[in-house]
Amino acid sequence: MQSAQLLEQLHLGDPRSVARAISLLEDQADIGRRIMQGLDQQRLDKALTVGITGPPGAGKSTLTSALVRQLRQRGIRVGVIAVDPSSALTHGALLGDRIRMMEHALDPDVVARSMATRGRLGGLCAAAGATMRIMAASGCRVVLIETVGIGQSEMDIASLADITVLVLAPGFGDEIQAMKAGILEVVDLLVINKADMPGASKLRFDLGREAVQSDRVLETAAAENQGIEDLLDRILALETEFRKGEKFIQRRQQSWNKETVDRCLDLFREHLTELMQEQPCIEADPGAAAEALLERIIHAPGR
Amino acid sequence: MKSYRVLIAKPGLDGHDRGAKVIARALRDAGFEVIYTGIRRTPEEIAAAAVQEDVAAVGLSSMSGAHVRLFPAVLEALRKAGAEDIPVVGGGIIPKEDISLLQGEGIASVFTPGTPVATIIEAFTEACQKQHQTRN
Repeated sequence: MQSAQLLEQLHLGDPRSVARAISLLEDQADIGRRIMQGLDQQRLDKALTVGITGPPGAGKSTLTSALVRQLRQRGIRVGVIAVDPSSALTHGALLGDRIRMMEHALDPDVVARSMATRGRLGGLCAAAGATMRIMAASGCRVVLIETVGIGQSEMDIASLADITVLVLAPGFGDEIQAMKAGILEVVDLLVINKADMPGASKLRFDLGREAVQSDRVLETAAAENQGIEDLLDRILALETEFRKGEKFIQRRQQSWNKETVDRCLDLFREHLTELMQEQPCIEADPGAAAEALLERIIHAPGR
Repeated sequence: MKSYRVLIAKPGLDGHDRGAKVIARALRDAGFEVIYTGIRRTPEEIAAAAVQEDVAAVGLSSMSGAHVRLFPAVLEALRKAGAEDIPVVGGGIIPKEDISLLQGEGIASVFTPGTPVATIIEAFTEACQKQHQTRN
């Protein structure tokens, strides 16, 4: 299919064209760049991207599905990107987040996509940013991005999304301690999911005084559809607040910068491996070899 | 190697998904990106998911005997969604006499218990390759 035709259909919200465009970007096809350049910038500016992250089993998929239900009740077209890990060994992946999304399967205004990390660390896949833009261009006013189940260090989502929500659940006490110098600092909202289960108040306590006092902690029971309306209200209120000031534009710019650098590093990595094969490093210590390699690139004539 | 995307689904009311999960895992271990939709899906839901996920093939699993009705219904739903180019592979407790019937309806291959996993993976690979050739 030609890019012009694909772009036209995509902007009309045709499900197959949206899906195909995402694949082309994910597979880094040549036509991908033309698609990205042809996306409706106004729609991209208007769209809100919300990251949903948290440890495995906290209820990210269930909460995401509940948010979709709430958004649809308000008549908002929504995109969902659900990321699961790829096997480092076989590159295969089992993507199961859709199981919790099936109630929306026949709704043409819910655009869902399961994606594998394909070797990318940090809780997302390389094409998450492009996918979110394609969904926005297809008319999604809100795009939810669900990360892989995270540990202490996966926080790419906080720099990609406009607003990031960390989902926790009772029983994660020790993990919370480990997260304190990490993801807890960079998210906008903290959701205590499964708040109807024993241990919810202990979790609140474990989060510490700062979190308890601040108004960024919310409680939900996503499987029971409780607290979701409040959560969405808070998300949209934050959006309004961010858009009033500089914050929204700043974050978009940071997101753009990070994606560019990440992509550049991906390209650079291939280049480096090639270069090392062409002319092996003789230094015994990897640190010294790396410095020598960098020297070689910077001072190479014609590069 | 290119990672093909495939959808594994169970149409209808039967809730026995051990077979579907075994195949899903085998495909993952063979390097496929497998989207699993869970049990009790309608043909329309399966087709919509296959379109949104832009898969190269759909695998259906059935145990309770409704395959003659449900497998072709998925083909029909794919046709209605404008995705008749996505091949459908089926498997499960399927009597011998139904196999040619299903293939006549357009199911690419049909597998019964005892089929070596390698044979099933080969069928998926072939179906995916063919789909990619026709779509590009």
